[in-house]
Amino acid sequence: MARIIVITSGKGGVGKTTTTANLGMSLAQLGYQTALIDADIGLRNLDLLLGLENRVIYTALEVLSGECRIEQALIRDKRQPGLVLLPAAQNRNKDSINTEQMQYLVSLLESQYDYILIDCPAGIETGFHNAIGPAKEAIVVTTPEIAAVRDADRVIGLLEANGIKQITLLVNRLRPQMVKANDMMSVADVKEILAIPLIGVIPEDECVIVSTNRGEPLVLDKKISLPGLAFEHTACRLDGQQVDFLDLQAYSKSPLKRLRKFFLGSNNN
Amino acid sequence: MITEFFERLFVNNTGSRDDVKRRLKLVLAHDRSTLNASTLEKMRKEILVVVSKYVELDTESLEFSIKTDSRMTALIANLPIRRILQNEEL
Repeated sequence: MARIIVITSGKGGVGKTTTTANLGMSLAQLGYQTALIDADIGLRNLDLLLGLENRVIYTALEVLSGECRIEQALIRDKRQPGLVLLPAAQNRNKDSINTEQMQYLVSLLESQYDYILIDCPAGIETGFHNAIGPAKEAIVVTTPEIAAVRDADRVIGLLEANGIKQITLLVNRLRPQMVKANDMMSVADVKEILAIPLIGVIPEDECVIVSTNRGEPLVLDKKISLPGLAFEHTACRLDGQQVDFLDLQAYSKSPLKRLRKFFLGSNNN
Repeated sequence: MITEFFERLFVNNTGSRDDVKRRLKLVLAHDRSTLNASTLEKMRKEILVVVSKYVELDTESLEFSIKTDSRMTALIANLPIRRILQNEEL
C-alpha cells in the first residue's frame, strides 16, 4: 500500500515543484516505486523540472475521460526507472477535475507504488482541495519569509481541518549568512511559529536554477551539491531514517565575510 | 579609524529578524482567531449546555459574539441568569 503525500505551501514560488521532483527522484533512488502526480492543472511544471516535457502524450484528464489507460499516461523516467510521472493537462483549468476524480486516479496507482507524491497548486481553492483530498500525509514547503510563513500557517490549518494529521515542514531557500546577520528568520524561528515537525532544510543555491534549466533534478548529479544532499537527507527522513540536519552555517562563506576577515582579522567573527 | 570605517561598512546591527518575527506572530494570532459561523454556533450551543447545568438562563436576551481589534480577539458572551439552580436540582 502506497504512502500518499501531498506537497503544498499556499504561497506560489516557494519550491513545491522542485521539492516534489527531487524527493520523488530520491525515493526512487532509495529503491521505492514512486509515482508523482502533477495536480497543477493548467499550469503544469513538474514535467519541465524532471526534463520529461517532450514525452507527455496523455494526461490525467484523458485517463478520466477514458481516452487512454493510466499506464499510457504515466511517463517512466529513463534515468531512474523507479519513477513515473502522471502529467496534468495544460490547456484546461483547475475546475475541470473534482476531488472524487483525483481520488480515483490515486486509487489506480495505490497498489503498485510505495510512494505517491502529489504536487499541489498554489492557493487554497479548488485545485488545493483536489490535491489534498486523497493524501494521508503532507509536506508543507515554506521559505523563511513573512508572506510564505503566513500562508503556510493557513494551509496547516486547512490540512488539519481536512483530517490530515501527519504534517511536516520543509524550509526552503535558507540563507545562513542572512540568518547570522539577523536579517532572516532561522529554521528554529519558523519551526517555533508553525509548530510542526521539521523534515528538511534546503539552502538557497544558484545550482537549483541550473538544474531546472537542464531538467535534471539536483539529486541526479554525480557530484552532489549542498541542496541536492539536503533533498536526499529529506527523502531518507521521510523513509523513517534518522539523519542529522546539515550545519549550513559552516558551509557558507560569503565573499563579503572573507573580505571582512581579511581587513579585520578573524577575532571579530 | 580605518577599522571603524570597515566596521560600519560590513557590520549590520540593525537586523530585521526580530521585526519579522514580531509582525508574523501578531498577524498569525489574528489569522488563527478567525472562526467561521458554524464553528461559532457549535461553540455557543456547547457553552450553553454547560452553563445551563448550573443556572437557568434568560434565553431571550443571550448575546454571543467575537470581537477583534488590532491587538487581540475576544469571545464576548452575555448570559443573563434568571435563577440559580439549587443543590438538589444539580
